[in-house]
Amino acid sequence: MSTDITLRLTLNGQPVECVVDPTRRVLDLLREDLGLTGSKEGCGEGECGACAVLLDGAMVNSCLLLAGQLQDAALRTIEGLPTDDPLFEAFARAGATQCGICTPGMVVAARALLDREPAPSRERIREALAGNLCRCTGYVRILDAVEAAARVPSGRAS
Amino acid sequence: MGWTAADFVDGGSGPAILARMDQSSPATPVTRSPVIGSAVPRKDAAEKVRGRARYIDDLKYPGMLHGATVRTRAAGGRLLGIDFDPAVDWSSFVVVTAADIPGANSTGMLDGDQPVLAADRFRHSAEPVALIAHPDRARLREALAAIRVREDAQPRPLFDIDASLAAGGGLCPGNTFRDYLMSHGDLAAGEAQAEVVFEGRFETGAQEHVYIEPQGMIAHVDAAGVLVVEGSMQCPYYVLDTLAAVTARSAGELRVVQRTTGGGFGGKEEYPSHIAAHAALLTLAAGGRPVKLVYDRAEDMLATPKRHPSRTQVRVGARRDGRLTFVDIDFALDGGAYSTLSPVVLSRGVIHAPGPYRCPSARVRGRAVATNHPPNGAFRGFGAPQSIFAIEQAMDGLARQLGISPLALRQINMLRPGDVSVAGQAIDSATDFDAVLAQALAESDYLARQARHAAFNATGGRLRRGIGLATFHHGAGFTGNGEVVLASEAAVRARRDGQVEVLASSSEMGQGNTTTLCQIAADALGLPVERVTQAPVDTQEVPDSGPTVASRTCMVVGLIVEQAARQLRARLIDEAALAREDMSAEGFAAACARWFDARADAPALEVHARYEPPAGVMWDETTFQGSPYAGYAWATYVAEVEVDLLTGEATLLDFVAVQEVGRVVNPVIAAGQVEGGVAQAIGFALYEKVVRGAQGEMANNRITNYIIPTSADVPPIRVFFQEQRAGTGPAGAKGLGELPMDGPGPAIVSALNAALEGTGAMPLSRLPAMPEDILEATAGVHRTGEAA
Repeated sequence: MSTDITLRLTLNGQPVECVVDPTRRVLDLLREDLGLTGSKEGCGEGECGACAVLLDGAMVNSCLLLAGQLQDAALRTIEGLPTDDPLFEAFARAGATQCGICTPGMVVAARALLDREPAPSRERIREALAGNLCRCTGYVRILDAVEAAARVPSGRAS
Repeated sequence: MGWTAADFVDGGSGPAILARMDQSSPATPVTRSPVIGSAVPRKDAAEKVRGRARYIDDLKYPGMLHGATVRTRAAGGRLLGIDFDPAVDWSSFVVVTAADIPGANSTGMLDGDQPVLAADRFRHSAEPVALIAHPDRARLREALAAIRVREDAQPRPLFDIDASLAAGGGLCPGNTFRDYLMSHGDLAAGEAQAEVVFEGRFETGAQEHVYIEPQGMIAHVDAAGVLVVEGSMQCPYYVLDTLAAVTARSAGELRVVQRTTGGGFGGKEEYPSHIAAHAALLTLAAGGRPVKLVYDRAEDMLATPKRHPSRTQVRVGARRDGRLTFVDIDFALDGGAYSTLSPVVLSRGVIHAPGPYRCPSARVRGRAVATNHPPNGAFRGFGAPQSIFAIEQAMDGLARQLGISPLALRQINMLRPGDVSVAGQAIDSATDFDAVLAQALAESDYLARQARHAAFNATGGRLRRGIGLATFHHGAGFTGNGEVVLASEAAVRARRDGQVEVLASSSEMGQGNTTTLCQIAADALGLPVERVTQAPVDTQEVPDSGPTVASRTCMVVGLIVEQAARQLRARLIDEAALAREDMSAEGFAAACARWFDARADAPALEVHARYEPPAGVMWDETTFQGSPYAGYAWATYVAEVEVDLLTGEATLLDFVAVQEVGRVVNPVIAAGQVEGGVAQAIGFALYEKVVRGAQGEMANNRITNYIIPTSADVPPIRVFFQEQRAGTGPAGAKGLGELPMDGPGPAIVSALNAALEGTGAMPLSRLPAMPEDILEATAGVHRTGEAA
């Protein structure tokens, strides 16, 4: 146990201040303390990607991130993606979600990719999502969905 | 009625189908409504993609405790006691042992030999012996470390199928949970006619499900005194039955609720009953306070069942022209320490063991063998992937001995109309397995690629390429008389505003039934699919439509839903003046309103239906002869691989999956089932290896070193459906979910063996085929690729 710290960050666009053990896993901070349960725990050791979040725009596994690392950072979770993010519609239409437990992390990983590379090749999508495990789909329709979302004209600020 | 079993093989176009078609109104056009066969988006997609779906670990309640499980270490022995370190203040913990169980100390599956908590003797590592709970999840870890289970370990635990059979006892009589024999024709005559005989031994390993959501339950006692258990599961009524026995409560004092379930694949068929019982015991000991018992990944992999490891000895004989004369198979599964579902996994494995081939004589002996491994259990395919792997490799071996291609051997022997399968089932006139094979050859460009690979391999580099195929079929629904015994029930309920709910215990775990069952009901009701939803799965609200397993949901439960929906429409026609030809949602809603207006005190407009087996489907469990399944899906899968002789690494270049599945209810969901199943089976074939520790426990119980396919490992998976003829399911559908698990293993190993042909390598005979297995097979082969 470490001495609690006062943590200030931007969470899903809103300033947040909380007193927290700096060694607390960000995944627990989100799920248990802040009630943001969209990030899931599939393995707890950074292999499955179900807990993926965007830290200053980069995808990280929140099970491997400690609360102290969030000081003054901008954190975005699945709950913080814009409601009209084309990935949502694309995943639903393509059949890219089945049981759904990997889906929030997969969508976050795809968002991180598209923010960096708006028009990635299928091969590039395949590589970029290789850190997110899905046991239901065989990935085919997830790749389809990201390709489809990338084709949607971007009408929103990223 | 005047039809025979043959009418129903593969669903046929038999009288049952016609009879059901006749029930539809004469004014209804014969053309199908666009609801069936259309890619209706999944009803659960919107909340899942946004992270709003609530899984069991996302729920919390005021005053909730967190539970943990104390487990054995040794692979069997006697429990001497459980020591609680006096340095810990245990007063703030809830503690449960076997002595606290109010009812039966049995999980209740089939033989009832497995305790909920070991009391005296135990049979495997990671067997539950005690439960603890505390409000602070963080304190559980230190508490577990302060509990010591004193064990008198048994001297020589048994981990090998044949060693256990040779030991002849110790776990159960003969160390054999079940011993089945399927015989067909005159084996001695078949052996006498054989001019070429192939013999081989094939093995498959354990496989972990790796549903991405680990298992978990929350239990509490509500204000009315009802024990409520909710969580991740496939079979709510199995959980209910176990709870009734363990807690000695009546069904009315129990309620089981399925929460959004993050994958199952069979892994949440039976084990959730254990966790539910554990959570229930904890909440009862805690005065009804909510207790959450959610496994982390390591515990989930350590404790829960795996796919049964198998070993199969095959002798198969043919005439010189390739016609099979006999097949003699000795199939054995490692059941682990308790019988759990092994008897039924075994029967499916035995029935699928001879493959989809015509063979005048056959003997298949199947045994589920007891060992000191944690029990193995249900996993998509349910015994069939193991025995199909063996027969497909044996067919390849026989082809090599005959000097003909594996393709030609299959073309000579595949089941065709008029044939009778080894199980004794007649193949109906509509079956066209050749068309399935032909499409697979065309889509994969099989022959041309085979020729290109021969040229490529002849250049002698370190990379070799091969293409291989598997031909197989998979029976849908419970084996034999299982569906008759289940007698599943489902219902539809209309509201006053014309909105309809499907009531069934079929549990959505990703496979799509909350959409497909609604499509089926909507089609029968003449409604747009938006007007139909599946009610939450809650044993106090929905009838027992059986477990969500065995590729039965769409085909069997769907059929019951279709019947209930037809009857609901008929009632509105009779009782509320719904015009027969009115297929509008508005007309339907108006009729519902009229129905309720005329019955001020009617609680609900609800129609129940029960499964009625097709007439003529008979199965003799003692001889293993008859019609074990009401319908089969037929498939040919083709894999193309590249092997690096230096590293042993195999890379899949292409995968083609062609299947005949009757009517496809939702093409996107159906293709998703096949793609996902193929990927899971690619893991089974190439990557997924359960490594055992000294006590038979899974030593690599982490996703870090139990490797499942990622997006970078999966080749293009090209899926094609043939809808040759109606199945026995709703609108002519058949079961599909397990089929794709059967074919990839044998197709990939056939492709690997084709790639290695000419290098002097021994044919591969074991799944998974890891790089080290490939290197072992090519040992002595010069690393530049030339034969030594």
